[in-house]
Amino acid sequence: MNFDYSDDQKFLKNEARKFLEARCTSAAVRKVLDNADVSFDADLWKGVAEQGWLGAAIPEEFGGLGLGHIELCAIAEEMGRVVAPIPFASTVFFVAEAILLAGDDAQKADLLPKIAAGELIGCFATSEGPGVVNASNLSAKVEGGKLTGVKIPVTDGDIADLAIVLANEGGKAGLFLVDLKGAGVSRDTLQSLDPTRGVGRLTFAGAPATRLGAAGDGFTLTEQVFDRAAVLLAFEQTGGADKCLEMAREYALGRYAFGRVIAGYQAIKHKLADMYVKNQVARSNAYYGAWALNTNAPELPVAASAARIAASEAYWFGSKENIQTHGGMGFTWEVDCHLYYRRSRQLGLVAGAPKVWKERLVSQLERKNAA
Amino acid sequence: MDFNDSPEEAAYREAARAWLEKNAAEHKGGASANGRRPNSPEHMALAKSWQAKKAEAGYACITWPKEWGGAGGTPLQSVIFGQEESKVGVNYGYFTIGLGMCVPTVMAFADAETKTRFVGPALRGEEIWCQLFSEPAGGSDVAATRTKAVRDGDDWVINGQKVWTTGAQYCDYGILLVRTDPDVPKHKGMTMFWIDMHDPAVDVRPIHQASGGSEFNEVYFSDLRVKDSQRLGEVGDGWKVALVTLMNERLAVGGSSGPDYKTIMDLARQVTGPGGAAIKDGAFREKLADWYVAAEGLKLTRFRTMTALSRGQTPGPESSIGKIIAANQMQDMSNQGVEMEDQYGILVDPSEAPMQAAFQQSLLWAPGLRIAGGTDEILKNIIAERVLGLPGDVRVDKDVAFKDVPTGR
Repeated sequence: MNFDYSDDQKFLKNEARKFLEARCTSAAVRKVLDNADVSFDADLWKGVAEQGWLGAAIPEEFGGLGLGHIELCAIAEEMGRVVAPIPFASTVFFVAEAILLAGDDAQKADLLPKIAAGELIGCFATSEGPGVVNASNLSAKVEGGKLTGVKIPVTDGDIADLAIVLANEGGKAGLFLVDLKGAGVSRDTLQSLDPTRGVGRLTFAGAPATRLGAAGDGFTLTEQVFDRAAVLLAFEQTGGADKCLEMAREYALGRYAFGRVIAGYQAIKHKLADMYVKNQVARSNAYYGAWALNTNAPELPVAASAARIAASEAYWFGSKENIQTHGGMGFTWEVDCHLYYRRSRQLGLVAGAPKVWKERLVSQLERKNAA
Repeated sequence: MDFNDSPEEAAYREAARAWLEKNAAEHKGGASANGRRPNSPEHMALAKSWQAKKAEAGYACITWPKEWGGAGGTPLQSVIFGQEESKVGVNYGYFTIGLGMCVPTVMAFADAETKTRFVGPALRGEEIWCQLFSEPAGGSDVAATRTKAVRDGDDWVINGQKVWTTGAQYCDYGILLVRTDPDVPKHKGMTMFWIDMHDPAVDVRPIHQASGGSEFNEVYFSDLRVKDSQRLGEVGDGWKVALVTLMNERLAVGGSSGPDYKTIMDLARQVTGPGGAAIKDGAFREKLADWYVAAEGLKLTRFRTMTALSRGQTPGPESSIGKIIAANQMQDMSNQGVEMEDQYGILVDPSEAPMQAAFQQSLLWAPGLRIAGGTDEILKNIIAERVLGLPGDVRVDKDVAFKDVPTGR
């Protein structure tokens, strides 16, 4: 039984923690938070690229480190702990994974080295309005290689160089690569629930679009990309949830009320124990997702769903109860609790809400345990 | 990251499997579908013969030293054997408390003669041991023991009552925590003894539980006379000895018993809900997803514990999360199952109720599971204090003579 990080992976994770704790301080995150004109921390992005982490799971032949997905999971966890304000998930968990999954050799050779080098920021654009996008309401379309339509919200759509867009072509849904610096693209920055993760609207009016993967596979590929992203996001979420528990613990041990530290009150102790239990459930499910992702196992859809549901719940619970443990101070802008509260929702929604994943999980279980 | 045994572990598992395949067939009849034992003489006889068989082959207490009949094996080997044993349906559970907690305490504190007399028969399943700690006035507060032992020459005379003693009705011996000095603070005035459960001064009365069954007992002592040589540890060191007993608690490897997510999915496929087939109900589907995720979380957390064992680490009290999740899930899921049956859910008659009334049985048993072996609240305290390092509760009884500690009834 070897259901944990290896020593090498732990070493990498530890290095990532040291780097990020030094470079992605609360002050650095707040520069993005408090400045409406800044969508991400460009210095941190450059630093992360120099570490090679953008290409951790990209094969060496395409300019990556070729380490594997468990290593990427370890990095994701550390990103989550520091609420890193960079387009890491959009570029690596969604776009690079989509290209690895569905790209042809030329697309891989063109795009993956740029991602690995930090020269290309990506975004993944499916949503068009409130609610779930599906075959009956998808309206973006490609005709003669030109994309028309509106995608909103698109995380990092305001800063990305490349978008992968879900659109119809000849009545069949597909995924399309679109150069956001090219013709026929306009975009605007919108306000995000989590201002440390930028969000935009992309408007396409005849933008050149190249298909990624087979015609008609748009929704299937999107699901497959979401499965992969869900596992990686689960690690980012678990990292954030662990940090919430640590913050709550530290505060409770230092805060006195009624003559003693509040960490001694059972109401607080049991709250923190509940956080711990949820975080363990999240971590264990995330590990299983990592195993399935790394081995490309047929269990991936079920494992990814469980990982996403558990991690979304743990981070939501941890982030809200961390504020509660901090009392009034937790509700101030100056204390970091709200950064995690906001990020827990951003990460919990960006690849589809937990409710959607629960339905997806149960559908899978129904097939697996067919009557 | 994988689920594979190391080559040594795989070889051990293979050998265990081969041995089980050869020997288990004639001993089948372990825990029933609802995870509880019939406690019949036939079932006990089957369990005892299986235990003797395991002892002969060194599978009875794998981690014990060879000189005491163990195999000198690792905790992980013990887990592996337990997994394989469960698969073939020969895990009985009558000996778990005795061999997991009581006899190791005897081995740690008794003299050579006592150990020689008791360890072998217990290992072979010839004699069963129980643990007599909880009392009516002290459930979670084990150190509030009031059962009293008074010295009389070379003997001690014991009076009082224990409660919630698992298996006392079929046990031969027990380890008993008593108060020997009420004039010092509570943790300092206790002493541990081993006792003969067949002594006429020991009165075992099965508890009629809220679930209807009687797995647990009250045990009364009326002038029970024990020799000073039956003492385990020093006079006044009973708490220290009890902590050793509690630390020996077996690494939990079993899954939760009773209906699981598949059972309730099957039920939902058969039943009509307010808006059509119950399986199509959105609220149910969301809950089902949550149950699956929690159950998987539990199973996978055990894999992480096994990984720690495999790497030679000692798992800490983090395994306390298991029972909190399993017990609450059992209660929630059984109630949902019963409600899904609508008016029919009232039936607990196994010949009428779906799944032989599995959900009703489990609903009635669940409150006990949330209390036994550490309540939800105590387990959360354990996580808070021993895992997260938060302070212990304020103790108003800590520096007070036990006789002066305020009591209710």
